[in-house]
Amino acid sequence: MSNPADSLYNIRILDEFADKKSIIHDVHPLMKVLTTGAYLLVTVSFSNYELSGMLPLIFYPVIIMTLADIPMVPVFKRVLLALPLIIGIGLFNPIYDKSPMLVLPWITISGGWVSFFAILIKGFLTILAALILIATTGMTRIASALRTIRIPGVFIIQLLLTYRYIAVLVEEAGRIVRAYSLRSAGEKGIKFRDWGSLTGHLLIRSIERAQRVYRSMCCRGFTGEYHIGREKGIGIGDILYFAGWSLSFVIIRYFNIPEMIGWVMMGVRR
Amino acid sequence: MSHHIIQADNLKYKYPDGRQALNGVAFKITHGESVGIVGANGAGKSTLLMHLVGVLFPDEGEIMIGDVPVTKKTLPLIRQRVGMVFQDPDDQLFMTTVYDDVAFGPRNYKLPEEEVEKRVISSLDTVGILHLKDRPPYKLSGGEKRAAAIATVLAMNPDILVMDEPTSSLDPKSRRRLIRLLQSFTHTKIIATHDLDMVFELCERTIVLKDGRVITDGPTEKILCDAELMEECGLELPLGLQGCPVCGTKKPI
Repeated sequence: MSNPADSLYNIRILDEFADKKSIIHDVHPLMKVLTTGAYLLVTVSFSNYELSGMLPLIFYPVIIMTLADIPMVPVFKRVLLALPLIIGIGLFNPIYDKSPMLVLPWITISGGWVSFFAILIKGFLTILAALILIATTGMTRIASALRTIRIPGVFIIQLLLTYRYIAVLVEEAGRIVRAYSLRSAGEKGIKFRDWGSLTGHLLIRSIERAQRVYRSMCCRGFTGEYHIGREKGIGIGDILYFAGWSLSFVIIRYFNIPEMIGWVMMGVRR
Repeated sequence: MSHHIIQADNLKYKYPDGRQALNGVAFKITHGESVGIVGANGAGKSTLLMHLVGVLFPDEGEIMIGDVPVTKKTLPLIRQRVGMVFQDPDDQLFMTTVYDDVAFGPRNYKLPEEEVEKRVISSLDTVGILHLKDRPPYKLSGGEKRAAAIATVLAMNPDILVMDEPTSSLDPKSRRRLIRLLQSFTHTKIIATHDLDMVFELCERTIVLKDGRVITDGPTEKILCDAELMEECGLELPLGLQGCPVCGTKKPI
């Protein structure tokens, strides 16, 4: 994230992944949106102390990324960007919750640490799932899927334009920072006293730019609705995709699979 | 062909900051004409173009495209007839692929997808970038972006093409290619530009703007060769008509 122009490329890389062709890309966007929704619900429904139970959830993103031929590193990097926020949420758990959860001869792990890691994993998985949805479907097709389930058009436009204008904002920021650094006599970063005028400029310039983009959209008949062209109907395969994943999520939710594997390995029976 | 006539009548427009950008502009452009709109920076060229596509509306006066006045109600019709190519192609290209960008307009008019595809392919073919249809627009060169921006407008099948500085930031070869392309179009063309040499080659008629007024309107050859007039309007003779930079000899006009 050292250079805003680099991060612009990074934003758009997800769109490029969405243009690939694979079994996952072929699944109807609505089914992918619903599957992601189900995954998010199941992930957040785990309590903060059920660390082992939620571990099998990692299979979903891994399988999808492998089948859709999406490289892991760029996607994981994007998840890391949100990590400080998640750490911020769980930061105080280890401090306030010191009740021992797991006592081993050499170390005692408190409930706070377990819940901290549970929040971390939940955050990681939910963001990953959302990014994978964008990388395998693309924002415009997601929007059309939301439209078919009667989400009001105004929300969808908000979503699409916000997504588009992030790139506009980053581009403008890149230009301002470049112009600043060329005249800052080799100093690193931006001086605190210049922050005000720079962000003010950024705001005005991106509003102007956004207006020009909007005008050019209006000149081509944009009336508040995105049309993305041909979308094939929902097939039996698409329904099976959603049903299959939902079933596995339910199984993961109600059966602690790692624990069961542990029992089998240790030869313990209930 | 009365529906291709563009008539501006006493257009006045003041920006919210109080600057009077248009101050009684009037002209009539008939079917198939190529008109260059020239003038110094701030003369009102871009503002005038914005009025032609109904992005801005005049405080006074009226614009007619054929028999239809440019008003909020008639916008869908106007924008189908008048295609505008913006100065910065990046403003016009915002989808993930060139194909989707060119298809954006026809899809907004709810054309069947077969027709959309036909139009996209034919417009990309016309501007010579059919091979780039699956590329993301931000990865194109300046010339390719400009061609893509023109294709986005051609796909709407407009009768009238309005262009704001089409040759700005193009290298000489891309500029030449663009001029040839525009020469091959039979549309009514309105081109606002500082590239007087292009106007000389492309437009048989020129309108000179200064401080929001039409200073003169007539045959390009007569207007652009008038050094005194050009000087008065903050312009100069087209480079092709100026003396040779090495020996100083002037071309006979």
